[in-house]
Amino acid sequence: MQTAALTAWDLCCRRGDRWLFHGLDLKLEQGEALHLTGPNGAGKTSLMRMLAGLLRPSPSLQPRDAAKAGTIAWEGTIALADERPALDPALPLGKALDFWRGIDGARDLPLERLGLDNLLDVPVRYLSTGQKKRAALARLIGQHAQNWLLDEPLNGLDVAGVALIEELVAQHCAQGGSAIVTSHQPIRLPGEKRLDIADYAL
Amino acid sequence: MTRALLAILRRDLARLLRGAHGGALGSGIALPILFFLAVAIIFPFAVGPDPRLLARVGGGVIWVAALLAAVLPLDRLVEPDIEMGFFDQWALRGIAEEGVIAMRVIAHWLSFAPALMLATLPAGALLGLDGAQLGMVELGLLAGTPGLAALGVMVAAITAGLKGGAALAGLLVIPLAVPILIFGAGALASGGASGVALCGAVSLVLVALAPFAGAGAIRAGR
Repeated sequence: MQTAALTAWDLCCRRGDRWLFHGLDLKLEQGEALHLTGPNGAGKTSLMRMLAGLLRPSPSLQPRDAAKAGTIAWEGTIALADERPALDPALPLGKALDFWRGIDGARDLPLERLGLDNLLDVPVRYLSTGQKKRAALARLIGQHAQNWLLDEPLNGLDVAGVALIEELVAQHCAQGGSAIVTSHQPIRLPGEKRLDIADYAL
Repeated sequence: MTRALLAILRRDLARLLRGAHGGALGSGIALPILFFLAVAIIFPFAVGPDPRLLARVGGGVIWVAALLAAVLPLDRLVEPDIEMGFFDQWALRGIAEEGVIAMRVIAHWLSFAPALMLATLPAGALLGLDGAQLGMVELGLLAGTPGLAALGVMVAAITAGLKGGAALAGLLVIPLAVPILIFGAGALASGGASGVALCGAVSLVLVALAPFAGAGAIRAGR
């Protein structure tokens, strides 16, 4: 039997005195995509950071199973693209991407497909919001991770960019990868699996 | 892992040497060094041109100026990389924060200490230090600046993300640098190498501590 890409149990998130979500279970098979929705401030980004291992789950008030509560198990590596592209603003785009290429050992990035091939000499700080989003995607693809976490990838993208993301995610899933995507805009993902984080509000 | 750390060291060094806005090579370090020289130039005007007095306090002045020059780049040591998401991306790739901070200490030291020790030669001449004194200052700086670099990175990591973090970092570094200053500048008065040795010891403790303290601060700040 194939192991699940992600199994998360009884996740809770408290920010200060406010509970964002509580008792959230998540299971994602390999090759599956999940569209994470919810109103502003519901905790989508917190959940993404939690799944990426950057934020520790808050201890649950009523754990269903004390041993398993708050555990997150991934199969394979994780890549995250959020609102910060993690590219040096002062460097030309090509050099800024080369830094991550060196670290990830990536060979060739689909720059032409992402519409970045003419921008390699432009310093990152002169790129538009959408262009930065595309550059962050190039970095993400170069990581060759099995699991993608895309936090609002459609922000600032044009119509063609939205279609491109849908295509890239579909391709990634077809190759056995998994993806979790947060988005306020409608997005077509393979399988159309959705999770509304507001269902887990306390 | 080693390859990644080397790539990070190269990037850190380039960023620190070129300054925040990506100017010419060396533009990032020019300001602290000019600041250091300016203090050495202005000091004789303030206390008067008596050569005996200048020779006696000159070494100490160089030490204070070195400390202030090391404090100047604190605000761009750690915070920009947290804001731009670099530390999160490294964490996702399993690159430990301890390693990243250790690389940053090395890069920070390389970016200011050799230039500072070079600038000490004209500064020493301006303050009328003789050869033996100048040698002792250089030796002391060699022993003390790694500690200053470690302290700078550590405090920059702790104050990253705070409002007015840069000013606070400067205020925190100066008292913590007192042991280095006492032993480093003290070696001049006593004329012995034991002060330099103690300065080196304090420096090594700080270098050993910085990666763990800095990494802890970054993880706690997420």
